[in-house]
Amino acid sequence: MNSPFLKLWGIPLLLGASTIVGLVSALLGDGIWDIVSAFALGAPVAAGFWHGLRGWRH
Amino acid sequence: MYTARALSARPCTLGTSQSAPRLTLLCLTGLPLIDHHEIGHLLGNDVVAPDLGGGAGRANLDDVIQAGRALYPNKIVMYMSQEADEPAIWNLTLRDHPTDEHYKPIAIDARTAKVITEPAFEGGAFMSTMFRLHVDLFAGLPGKRFLGLMGLLLIVAIVSGVVLFAPFMRKLDFGTVRHGRSARPKWLDLHNLLGIVTLVWALVVGANGMVNTWADVLLKYWQATEIAAMLEPYQGATPPARLASMDAAIKRAEAAAPGMQVAFVAFPGTPFASPHHYGVYTRGNEAFSARLYKPVLVDAQTGLITDQRDLPWYLTALLISQPLHFGDYGGGWMQFLWALLDVATIVVLGSGLYLWVQRGRAGDE
Repeated sequence: MNSPFLKLWGIPLLLGASTIVGLVSALLGDGIWDIVSAFALGAPVAAGFWHGLRGWRH
Repeated sequence: MYTARALSARPCTLGTSQSAPRLTLLCLTGLPLIDHHEIGHLLGNDVVAPDLGGGAGRANLDDVIQAGRALYPNKIVMYMSQEADEPAIWNLTLRDHPTDEHYKPIAIDARTAKVITEPAFEGGAFMSTMFRLHVDLFAGLPGKRFLGLMGLLLIVAIVSGVVLFAPFMRKLDFGTVRHGRSARPKWLDLHNLLGIVTLVWALVVGANGMVNTWADVLLKYWQATEIAAMLEPYQGATPPARLASMDAAIKRAEAAAPGMQVAFVAFPGTPFASPHHYGVYTRGNEAFSARLYKPVLVDAQTGLITDQRDLPWYLTALLISQPLHFGDYGGGWMQFLWALLDVATIVVLGSGLYLWVQRGRAGDE
């Protein structure tokens, strides 16, 4: 994470990509596709919770 | 100095301050709609077919329709439909006249043609209220268009929020929530954090919600072009006085579309049929193909198939993208995450409103 662009946008881009994978995966099928979707869609939720709660407690 | 930040602050704050209360309403009323099946179960408003053991077979569809009609001899049968995962139930809707908004739903056992129950209108008073507040504010088409505009404002606010994200976060690590003497930096950082993690989800849900408010226009266009073309041979003919057997019509439609199952049937005179036809809509039986309908027009007098076509691309796109608004296609975990993302969006809207009210105070940087 040396470049200023990646420092700023690296994690948002990863979470955005993960969200898209989560949204599309469950459309394509059931079973394993739903599980992949749950994890991929869970990533931005987890990131929001983790940083949000950590910041809140201080 | 008109920097990108100064310019984009306008739509972001304008979008949030003017429409935040209504967008929050959309998020709040949408929340119970995500879990409408589970809530319907808790409120005792869902319909369960009696257990008859295996191999109960299928009742004659004409008997199914007759069972519903016998309850309300003065009403017209408009539609009958089946959920993909509940082939034991036919849902009939009856109305006083074709544009009657307060239709009467009846659930009938598909195996015995016995009435199971008359489900609560739109899933009961609570769900119906949530649904109306979410879809049209009890104001019909103008209400729907208004909420579509709110969806557009949400998208504008999100895009401008992304532009604002850069100058605010350039000096901070991702996820930093600062603490100072005033509460403002903390709320600004939480707003940026939750805004950026929910970004793609909120864009997709907002955009699809907006598209849904225009679905009726796509349907009208389709009826005016493709359905009209299928009906050309019937121009000037008088509508049939007696309707052919629905059971026979469905069997023909099923034979013409192998591997598909009937999702819903529109009776003559409704928007999804014609004055001369049953509109039989079949769907596939896999996760993806179950979302795509194929219309088969059956002559309501002779019971013979007039025409069948695939849906045009714009309706296919609409049907594929619709679940992306509802979050009802990936099981319980998806519904749970959908609810959390929805709550996070409410926090983003609320903190945005707070920051707007507190604007101009020190502590932005």
